[in-house]
Amino acid sequence: MKQLSVFLENREGRLEDVLNLLKEENINIISLSLADTSDYGMLRLLVSDPEKGKKALRENGFSATISDIVAVTLPHKVGGLQQVLHTLYHAGINVEYMYALCTTTDEAAIAIKPSDLEKAQKVLEDAGAHFFSEKDMFL
Amino acid sequence: MIWNEAKECMSRDELADLQSKRLVKVVNRVYHNVEYYRKKMQAVGIEPGDIQGIEDLDKLPYTTKDDLRDTYPFGLFAAPQSEIVRIHASSGTTGKATVVGYTRKDIDTWAECVARALTMAGVTRGDTIQVAYGYGLFTGGLGAHYGAEHLGATVVPMSTGNTKKLTTMMIDFGVTAIACTPSYLLHIAETLEANGDIPNIKLKAAICGAEPWTEQMRLQIEDKLHISAHDIYGLSEIMGPGVACDCKYHKGLHVFEDHFLPEIIDPETLKPIGAGQTGELVFTTLTKEGLPLIRYRTKDLTSISYDKCECGRTLARISRFKGRSDDMLIIRGVNVFPSQVEAALLEMGGTTPHYMMIVDRVNNLDTLEVQVEVEERFFSDEIKELENLTKKIAHAIQQAIGLAVKVKLVEPKSIERSMGKAVHVIDKRKLV
Ligand SMILES: [Zn+2]
Repeated sequence: MKQLSVFLENREGRLEDVLNLLKEENINIISLSLADTSDYGMLRLLVSDPEKGKKALRENGFSATISDIVAVTLPHKVGGLQQVLHTLYHAGINVEYMYALCTTTDEAAIAIKPSDLEKAQKVLEDAGAHFFSEKDMFL
Repeated sequence: MIWNEAKECMSRDELADLQSKRLVKVVNRVYHNVEYYRKKMQAVGIEPGDIQGIEDLDKLPYTTKDDLRDTYPFGLFAAPQSEIVRIHASSGTTGKATVVGYTRKDIDTWAECVARALTMAGVTRGDTIQVAYGYGLFTGGLGAHYGAEHLGATVVPMSTGNTKKLTTMMIDFGVTAIACTPSYLLHIAETLEANGDIPNIKLKAAICGAEPWTEQMRLQIEDKLHISAHDIYGLSEIMGPGVACDCKYHKGLHVFEDHFLPEIIDPETLKPIGAGQTGELVFTTLTKEGLPLIRYRTKDLTSISYDKCECGRTLARISRFKGRSDDMLIIRGVNVFPSQVEAALLEMGGTTPHYMMIVDRVNNLDTLEVQVEVEERFFSDEIKELENLTKKIAHAIQQAIGLAVKVKLVEPKSIERSMGKAVHVIDKRKLV
């Protein structure tokens, strides 16, 4: 899956500026996560049109990039997430970051940035994981 | 007290005679010993014989830091290596250091000048002085050290960095004088104050230099520590600390004119300007053997007065500095040029990202923050990568300027673009 990432200075109103811009471009935000340090933040978004979002942000002076992540769905049962991480860990793959994507009554989904994307997709597939994709979001 | 009354109080006529004799000698020395100077003089059609005295000074070409850079490291030395007993170095405008060399006689002259300055501050052989300038390539530490020893005071070579040890020894040794940067002395004062140790010190005088400071800051130091604080001026190219110092009347810094011939010029037209007017300070070294410099442009802006001082000295006085005619910054006593930071950023690859240097003074210590715009090519969605980038930039800058620096990544286009000459520095210290 494609994720849109934006560099944000810790200044008042910057997050809103980003959201405003995406709204004006008619881009729907499915999920977001904000990681912060003392000086700056990193906004990671799953959106309806990441390329269009990146273009709009860059044109308005933001540093934005698109990166690939894997998203898997997890049934609501104990140990589901642990199983996914175990599979990755076992294959020698590190998790650079992860965040919760969405939750429904039946299941949850998480986004993961693995150190090796292709390998992660393969081992998770082999382990029978169910991938969450763009089309799951906009149905 | 005056250390060398014969020289410091001689009549202006006698002084002019002495300066003229010494000028003729130094011009001959550089013409015959330094190819670079010989060519420079020949280029403007000047021979040593054309210089009969100080009235001919303005026939001579100027020397700048660029000349030192072009002849790096020893090209302007006027003495053979066998006569050079010491090398010092300070940062240059680009990667290369400005290198200076001293003969044994130069070291003696330097010690004499520092001894005069210490005497102006009331320091005598009966005093114990802590030298809290950095020792090493920087001229501050060893310069003050040799001068204080020459005076006969007891020298405690503290160097910089350990304030607790310094204040403990100040109390235990009954230290009566200190030589350091003014901002460091304020920091020391506040440390003493916080520990309730002001009544426990015997300090009576300080000679501070190596960075610009205000009269207000000088009074603040005097008030906090109940001492007499003096401004010592110098630059390594000319000698190091001890080119000029203010006496107890604090009405300008007396220049040791028998060794350093001052001029004030208009930095635009390069024409000498009259006493009392502000311009760029230029020095010709009159007695230096290792690295004599002819009409060296210091880039420091000041004015000069030839009126006799209440202290009895006839030596001319330069006023407190009013800034610089170039973009050099002095941060914690270290000369820093924005071009050095730029060169370090350039090493990150490609073109230089937009940057801004923010200089501030926090708890009386200078701080330097460099803001760098995060361009697409640097950008990563992983914080780990951005932190590595920050560290890499900080390391590169630190290597270039020799000072710890905080690097802050900022959004593209967030650093203000100026219409004319690019502005790369915000100095919040309010020193002028
Ligand atoms: Zn005086």
